[in-house]
Amino acid sequence: MPALVSARRLALAAGIATLVGCAHQPAPLYMWGSFPQQQYDILLRSGASPDAQMQAMQVQAEKAAAANKALPPGFRAHLGMLELNAGHAQRAKELFAAEKAAFPESAPYMDKLLGKLDSRTQPANTKTPA
Amino acid sequence: MSTIRLLPMALVAALAVLGGCANKPVPYDYTAFRQANPRTLLVLPPINDSPDVKASSSVWAQATLPLAEAGYYVLPVTLVDETFRQNGIQTASDAQDIPREKLRDFFGADAAVYIKVTKYGTTYHVISSDTVVEAQARIVDLRSGALLWEGRAAASSSEQGNGNNSLAVLLVSAVVKQIINTTTDAAYGYAGIADSRLLGPRVNGVLPGPRSPAYGKEIAAQ
Repeated sequence: MPALVSARRLALAAGIATLVGCAHQPAPLYMWGSFPQQQYDILLRSGASPDAQMQAMQVQAEKAAAANKALPPGFRAHLGMLELNAGHAQRAKELFAAEKAAFPESAPYMDKLLGKLDSRTQPANTKTPA
Repeated sequence: MSTIRLLPMALVAALAVLGGCANKPVPYDYTAFRQANPRTLLVLPPINDSPDVKASSSVWAQATLPLAEAGYYVLPVTLVDETFRQNGIQTASDAQDIPREKLRDFFGADAAVYIKVTKYGTTYHVISSDTVVEAQARIVDLRSGALLWEGRAAASSSEQGNGNNSLAVLLVSAVVKQIINTTTDAAYGYAGIADSRLLGPRVNGVLPGPRSPAYGKEIAAQ
């Protein structure tokens, strides 16, 4: 009886090994968390609270840092946009710069966004609490 | 007796070989893709041919993951969306009609990903409901205008086992499925699967990009 069970297990394991062998997946490059869903919520403009999302993203960023995992492309820039829309221009600048540092490929676009921020945030900055 | 026992085993073995890794579709011609060697991708808002207004956002939001995991820098779609809106671009087809030189100049991406959603959502039948997402994509070099890659993929709730029981049970499960599918935005989940099938690693799929450990290697032999 135990021999039969172990034979079945062996066959099952062999079957799974065959299936997995074809579809071998390397370790992910990034820790995604809820980032795709967060982008979806913002694209939909469905009234999902940006404040709640900013907080959730902070937690995700801390988790990734603690686990020594990389944040995905666009994560910092997306958070920067939310900060900007909440009136935190300085924080947005830091995050756009952080996106650029993590992904130098983003430089042309980030520089455009940063340039635009510089030209329009001078008066707004005085109102922003530190 | 022994042949009767062996026959099913042989059949299983034959099916495993046929159904496993041994499918050999016509190899994709990657000449233009390799020559262009893009590092950054701009995914444009997908054109939606389905009746569901959420289709474009859903497929767009989930296209970044497979492409980033494939080793590309993907421009943040929510910022791209905002940039288009601030510049008076209201629809996906308007965005996809922008001349490539302008896209290249503004976003600095090497290539753009043009997606069209051909099916999205749940259709209700008498005894079952199906959620289907189907999309096609083209990757175009923004520097030269060359077509680097194109493909299509789908994901559907009917892929999962439907094999059961009496009509009464089926009627109930159709209603339940319908409720689940609408309340939890089921199509969003299938859009994620369709996106990863469309843009993720596979035979004749998008080549691995510079940030991937598989960069320079193909999924299948030539």
